[in-house]
Amino acid sequence: MKKLTWLMLVLSAVLIVAGCGSKANEKGNTDSGNAGGGAGNAEKKTYKIAISQIVEHPSLDATREGFLAALKDAGLTEGDNLKVDYNNAQDDSTNNLSIAQKIAGEKNDLVLGIATPSAVALASNVKDTPLLFAAVTDPVDAKLVTNVDAPGGNISGASDTNPEAIVKLMDFIAGSFPNVKNVGIVINEGEPNAVIMAKKAEEALAKHDIKLVKAAITNTSEVKQAAESLVGRVDAFYITLDNKVVSGVDAILKVAKDKKIPFFSSDRDTVEKGAFATVGFKYYDHGYQVGQMAVDILKNGKKPAEMKVTVPDKLDLILNLKAAADYGIEVTDEMKGQVKDPEQNLIQ
Amino acid sequence: MLDSMYGAVELGLLYSLMALGVYITFRILDFPDLTVDGSFATGGAVAAVLLSNGYSLWIALITAFLAGSAAGLCTGLLHTKGKINGLLSGILMMIALHSINLRIMGKPNTSLLGLEPLFSSISPIWLKLIVVAICILFIKFLLDMFFRTDLGLALRATGDNPRMIRSFGANTDNTKMLGISLSNGLVALSGGLIAQQSSYADISMGVGIIVIGLASVIIGEAILGARTIFMATLAAVLGSIIYRIVVALALRVEWLEASDLKLITALLVIVALVLPSARRSMKQKSMARKRSAQLAAEASKTSTGGAR
Repeated sequence: MKKLTWLMLVLSAVLIVAGCGSKANEKGNTDSGNAGGGAGNAEKKTYKIAISQIVEHPSLDATREGFLAALKDAGLTEGDNLKVDYNNAQDDSTNNLSIAQKIAGEKNDLVLGIATPSAVALASNVKDTPLLFAAVTDPVDAKLVTNVDAPGGNISGASDTNPEAIVKLMDFIAGSFPNVKNVGIVINEGEPNAVIMAKKAEEALAKHDIKLVKAAITNTSEVKQAAESLVGRVDAFYITLDNKVVSGVDAILKVAKDKKIPFFSSDRDTVEKGAFATVGFKYYDHGYQVGQMAVDILKNGKKPAEMKVTVPDKLDLILNLKAAADYGIEVTDEMKGQVKDPEQNLIQ
Repeated sequence: MLDSMYGAVELGLLYSLMALGVYITFRILDFPDLTVDGSFATGGAVAAVLLSNGYSLWIALITAFLAGSAAGLCTGLLHTKGKINGLLSGILMMIALHSINLRIMGKPNTSLLGLEPLFSSISPIWLKLIVVAICILFIKFLLDMFFRTDLGLALRATGDNPRMIRSFGANTDNTKMLGISLSNGLVALSGGLIAQQSSYADISMGVGIIVIGLASVIIGEAILGARTIFMATLAAVLGSIIYRIVVALALRVEWLEASDLKLITALLVIVALVLPSARRSMKQKSMARKRSAQLAAEASKTSTGGAR
């Protein structure tokens, strides 16, 4: 009997705390009128969106910032006429599920899933609210959509992998570095995006008769050893958008510079850090693109079912001229000529 | 609010099989088994691969259970026959399973979107919950029955007093291996159910699962106690559900950041561990007060009586 009393006490305390929390939630819920009236009568309406993100990570955070910036530019400001419920699962799949269930149980005008696991968990729970995804490598493989041109259902979004980007970078390596016969990759085979990208890189390199040599890791602490194991066997380093590898990228930079092995990455941030080149885009822009889709849904009454899944379209070659010297690379005018936007993408 | 509560209870029920598995190793066998982090994902991986290849749910779940049992058996062999320290044999198996799970799936993440989740045809939602609860409790009862058989009793005694049970002619190596493989079978079954329910299996789905299992067992024991096997297994199931409810509530509280979740887990377990002992000491203090008051009263009686 005593135990039951304790149980009741604990549960009621928790419920009271939660009650305080959810009261604040109710305020954001105005009646969902028709949002198709354009900007004229949209001042009165407060929009409510929920975001689920799998982990704190520079690229994913930039995606979220870009997304919110697009909404802001369209006149939806957080704290004014926009309520954002942001959840982060801390890289824990059980939290990820609980977050998806929580979001499904609330009334939202739009839901955003950042990265594959978050998007998939939302897709299996949220059935009637428009759902957008961002930073997803392969939405078809993840079964988020069956067809990227006409998704159907309540889901659309943007993939962060333009297959062209990898092919272009590999073509650049083969074209500008004729002596490269083997490219070494440090990879965590526990990450879907890394595996998919590595496969694409391998196919693209095979066309130039170049081999991709893998060194696998399971943890950020193993990155240095993996990079060292490739020394002497490869003529260049390449990494994908592999969260664990990108987290430990400083170790590869050090090995690459010590041994004068040119280092190519898949994201702009790593090039800014000291890798030589990538073909890429800014995650902020990627998020902004998804944000514009969200504006279309919220303000112009569009349906995700008829919105194409987009890929980053602002692809460009990005070179780090300062790092080139570290690798003993002579940057030719021909290389520089391939950069469309030298202002932005030639890092001095 | 209510929807996410239903979701939390359902998740809690599915995870409770994992909590039962953890209960078997930690409480009954007194064996700190870390294989769980690997075997949970093994169950998810096996079920996901079979489901995505069109096999029925029952086949997928039974195979998941068997795969988990096999993993547990390996841990048991390392510990009993290989004479490796228990903690270490679990850790070794856990890291080995990481690679094995990748081999099973062939990729790090298998999506099952588009498959009908478990019992999704049943509506309303509370009815579905009752069906899930009945299934889980059925497994719990089977487990209770098993622990009443001779073999089950030998297994329980192995954790309590191995020397005694050996003197009765039971082979403690065998009972340990049986217990660890049964435990990991349940854990993998839970992993398979979770993969099915959440529409994906991921290589990292088992990370930190042992903490959740322990938290569930401890919370349940703090509330229900563990006097009999029946109560103890019920406590594991209840603890698992309460843990999920608390997480669901923590997610709804405005002033809590998403990054506080792990801290909440830690606090929850600390409270569950401290409460029972605090209550005991309070009981003892009040008892002591009563006794001293009684003694004082008696003393005063005798002193007044002795004045004649």
